[in-house]
Amino acid sequence: MSNNSLTRIWNWIDNRIGFSDYIVPLMVHLVPDNARWWYIFGSATLCAFIVQVVTGISLAMFYVPGGEDTYQSLQYITNTAPLGSLVRGLHYYGASAMVMLAVIHMVQVYMHATYKYPREMNWMSGVVLLFVVLGMAFTGQLLRWDANGVWSVTVAAEMAGRTPIVGPTLAHFILGGETVGGATITRFFAMHVFIMPAMIFAGIGLHMLLIMRHGISEMPDTNQPVDPETYKAAYEERIQKTGVPFWPDAIWRDMIFSTLIVGVILACSIFVGPPALDPPPNPSSINANPLPDWYFLWYFAVLSLLPPQLETFVILGVPIVGFVVLFFLPLLSNKGHRAPSKRPWAGGTVIFGSVAFIVLTIYGYKKPWSPDFGVKELPASIVGTDHGPLAEGAKLMHIKGCLYCHDIGGYGGHRGPELTEIGKLLTRDDIIIRINNGGHNMPAFASSMSAVELNLIVDFLLTRGVEQKKNEQQSATP
Amino acid sequence: MNNQQPPTDPPCCQQQRRTFLTRFSIGLSAIIGFIIALPGIGFVLAPVFKKPKAKWRTVGKLADFKVGGFVLVQYEDPSPVSWAGVTATAGAWLRRTNESEFIAFSINCRHLGCPVRWVDDPRLFMCPCHGGVYYEDGTVAAGPPPEPLERLNVRIRNGLVEIETAPTPLTLTTLT
Repeated sequence: MSNNSLTRIWNWIDNRIGFSDYIVPLMVHLVPDNARWWYIFGSATLCAFIVQVVTGISLAMFYVPGGEDTYQSLQYITNTAPLGSLVRGLHYYGASAMVMLAVIHMVQVYMHATYKYPREMNWMSGVVLLFVVLGMAFTGQLLRWDANGVWSVTVAAEMAGRTPIVGPTLAHFILGGETVGGATITRFFAMHVFIMPAMIFAGIGLHMLLIMRHGISEMPDTNQPVDPETYKAAYEERIQKTGVPFWPDAIWRDMIFSTLIVGVILACSIFVGPPALDPPPNPSSINANPLPDWYFLWYFAVLSLLPPQLETFVILGVPIVGFVVLFFLPLLSNKGHRAPSKRPWAGGTVIFGSVAFIVLTIYGYKKPWSPDFGVKELPASIVGTDHGPLAEGAKLMHIKGCLYCHDIGGYGGHRGPELTEIGKLLTRDDIIIRINNGGHNMPAFASSMSAVELNLIVDFLLTRGVEQKKNEQQSATP
Repeated sequence: MNNQQPPTDPPCCQQQRRTFLTRFSIGLSAIIGFIIALPGIGFVLAPVFKKPKAKWRTVGKLADFKVGGFVLVQYEDPSPVSWAGVTATAGAWLRRTNESEFIAFSINCRHLGCPVRWVDDPRLFMCPCHGGVYYEDGTVAAGPPPEPLERLNVRIRNGLVEIETAPTPLTLTTLT
């Protein structure tokens, strides 16, 4: 077909559907000339969402949501289906990208105070979107229906069960009954594939509509605090004078960054691959240690480090209070300075939040509050000998489970205090009382340990750190 | 193109008609909404309100269990769905205390539901998630669990040991 024919065909279609009348003006809407590299994160989040939708639909062609077959379909997708592992990987790293980019976009908007007049609803719709995205991330992890998934949903239901009055109703709603079973995964599939994506589509629609209505914000200027009386007229004047069409004068930066993001997602799925599947989803399996995906490890660490009395308040309160504070932020301050240099509290909040996130995520990985069930016996190099009463005492430290929670010379768990130098710190009687009676977060071992076993352990512990102490004393005396 | 303008001052009966039609349309939309939504809501909420009856499940022959420490037994939930497969399996820690008596605990930790492990030598149940520990009678020895392990009913029938199924134990918040 000649170019002329194609042009005529297109003109006919365009005349009937109105692409040039409705869509092109949106594409070429004017944006501030100084809206440059700080502005790429919103579109990158949308790009990540498109990755999720396309790969998600692809996965849904093979994924079986329900009971035993779910796991088999996951194995099939990962190990057998052509390109299955790649698509699963794209979906997993796309999810990580989406959560990261949504938060980065929010932080950038917060630092530039773009939530101020007249864009308060942009922010509010964005906060709703963020929480739905986090819900997608959580339900998506559950759809990886393996042992981790079963126990993650059990913990989620137990947390929901802590809600006063309606707790059991919520818990049973999450489980699809009184226990985990065939009805559990199907409802998460419905939430993840139908309900929440519909909310995201609606939220994105509103978010984009508001961008068109209020325009892309200009970079903050210390000399131009927001004044609702004059802002819109000043914005309109400025944009007509110095604005550039979004397509193609500004969008090229978004395209570069989004290409980079998709490239990274692809590279991760090729070179790292999707997360390995845990054993099958058996609620009677005791060899499980549920962990959220990385973006929730910080919250997992917060809950694990809390004193137990505060747990219920934080479990139920943080999501609600967090949402309310974020959602109503523009109403706290919707005018005045936007420049970060004039808003030190904003900068401080972001720095504090970022550092807290990193530190808590590291703790979430290390999980010092979990007993180390895989710990080996203490080697002779630590004990100092491989036979005799000392070696027997060291062996008993392993047999009786002491090393699950206590560390000696780098061997053991971190649930309880380190015992590497306990011989320097406690007397024989102190140690006997503590082992027999237990203590804060330590069980009493009196009924599960004979007197002989107790003495062997205590004799061994009294040697910890003492050799070094003797050497120090000898070198100190003239 | 229709060049007629609507009358700027409609007669009172026209306005009343429009008000009636507005309310009528909204009312019918509400009815449509209810008809569509209510069965769906009921369907989705049904598992919350329709509890399956507890069932007795055989976990082994009496002769297979020695007096001593806890063993892990697995049995089928009273699950109402036929496709559940392995996800309808429940677990319990079972101990024969003497010739004719057993004690059984749900494997769910009372803190946040993770499966506890029985460690034979120190005779403790230990939770891998947050360091909860229970003694062999199910009481809390250490850590964050607020309640002891949930006891399950056990009986012996015709030389077989049976456990009664139970919901996953939840730790509730009471307001008083």
